[in-house]
Amino acid sequence: MKYMLLIYTNHDNWAALSEADAGEMSAAYGAFSQAIIDSGEFVAGDPLEGPDAATTVRVRNGTRSTTDGPFVETKEHLAGYYIVDCATLDRALDLAAELPDAKFAGVEVRPLGEM
Amino acid sequence: MPVSGGIAEDLFRTESARVLGALMRRFGNLDLAEDGFQDACVSAIETWPEQGVPLNPGAWLTTVAGNAALDRIRREAKRLPKEVEAAGLPATGFGAGTGFGRYAGVPSEPASPGADMEYDLSLLDDGPLADDQLRLVFLCCHPALSVEAQIALTLRTVGGLTTPEIARAFLVAEPTMAQRLVRAKRKIVLAGIPFRMPERDQFAERTASVLHVVYLIFNEGYAASGTDTVVRTDLCLEAVRLASLLERLLPEDAEVLGLKALLTLHDARRASRVDSRGHLVPLVEQDRGQWNAHQVRVGVGLVERALAIGPIGPYQLQAAIAALHAEATSPGETDWAQIVELYRLLEHLAPGPLVSLNSAVAVAMAQGPGVGLALLDELAAAGELPGHHRLPAARAQLLEQLGRREEALAAYDDALALVGNVPERTYLTERRNRLADST
Repeated sequence: MKYMLLIYTNHDNWAALSEADAGEMSAAYGAFSQAIIDSGEFVAGDPLEGPDAATTVRVRNGTRSTTDGPFVETKEHLAGYYIVDCATLDRALDLAAELPDAKFAGVEVRPLGEM
Repeated sequence: MPVSGGIAEDLFRTESARVLGALMRRFGNLDLAEDGFQDACVSAIETWPEQGVPLNPGAWLTTVAGNAALDRIRREAKRLPKEVEAAGLPATGFGAGTGFGRYAGVPSEPASPGADMEYDLSLLDDGPLADDQLRLVFLCCHPALSVEAQIALTLRTVGGLTTPEIARAFLVAEPTMAQRLVRAKRKIVLAGIPFRMPERDQFAERTASVLHVVYLIFNEGYAASGTDTVVRTDLCLEAVRLASLLERLLPEDAEVLGLKALLTLHDARRASRVDSRGHLVPLVEQDRGQWNAHQVRVGVGLVERALAIGPIGPYQLQAAIAALHAEATSPGETDWAQIVELYRLLEHLAPGPLVSLNSAVAVAMAQGPGVGLALLDELAAAGELPGHHRLPAARAQLLEQLGRREEALAAYDDALALVGNVPERTYLTERRNRLADST
């Protein structure tokens, strides 16, 4: 079954890290990616630029309105995602727990819907 | 030609859009374009006093700025690999992202390495460069940027104002304005806001948002009489200058001409809007002899040209209304009936409570205060313009004209409880007190 791991983070957490710690975090993400590629569970995954790079589009009565910023302003923002193909939810939750950002804000696990 | 600091600065300002447009086309990075332009301005200040101002300062600045930008890329390319290595970071993946390298997105080797730009006299011809300036305008006014950021960026890059000048004009601290500009430029890079003309089906909408930015800049200068008048006058002039640039770039766009007409006609009345005590003077009480006759002629001419091109739009309608005011020798001579018709069209094309309010006031002038008051009461009953002083203020004046003194005083009090702007407060206070003292 396919799950999306939505990685939430707080910009301050990353900003507060020393360069060495940040390097370690990045390395941990690299190792995680490699591990799930090797296990065959990796489907997709990318980091996202921060909310200051976000633009939100709404169409009302046929008129488009474009605004600077994310759809919802929150302290924690969506920083990246993985799509994994796992046997069970428990496995997906285990993977989520391995993500470095689980230690700070949190990782949301959502099954992909059927089209 | 000898050169003084003032002349050079004026030139830098007027050439900003041309130079930055050309550099954006070449390098695609606004920070790099600005840095290159800055370097070119420094060179100009160093060399022009001795060598004289070049025949075509814009072409000179563009050439020198382009070469300076190339130098910067080369220096950056040498510095960058070392820096990434020293930080011990992977080049990609989580945590790498951005922040390394001053000029994100610029290839470390320019397309034609070593090929410095020639001092190109074909730059005298504005043809393709005009399009680059327009692309720059669309970039700065892209709706993915907040309106505040659009205004700041347009004044900085298209208008060539310095960050401290923009900060002063908008009454914010300099670091705040600097931060706003940094964020805006960062968003352009991160979100990939393109340096190109909008698609055909988006063109009108995107042009409208450019016009809105220029209109807001003008309003910021125009609405705030009283303190800081000098700086604010600069903003009005800057907005008119931007409108003129747009007119040059989009000469067949009726709304562009309409906006320039509107700003020119408003600007023509600027001197008479404030009396010698610094108090606000409403249109009907202004000394029409003080209106700038040249600007009125230019504005009226623009309205006529715009209406001939079509299609009609909100700026043209507002400009046409302003033209009717400007051409009348007194309030009584004003063609109020036609103004009412124009407001009716405006309410149809760009409906909004403020338009309805102005329309009601025009109706009062054309058909009597009672008719206008009924329209204002409809607005009030519909709960329009909550918290806005202009509705009770307009009601107060019509009630006063109708001799309904107590109701008028109450409406003045309502307006005074809501008004924020000092000159308007002073004006309303005087009106109220004059009515209260009358018996």
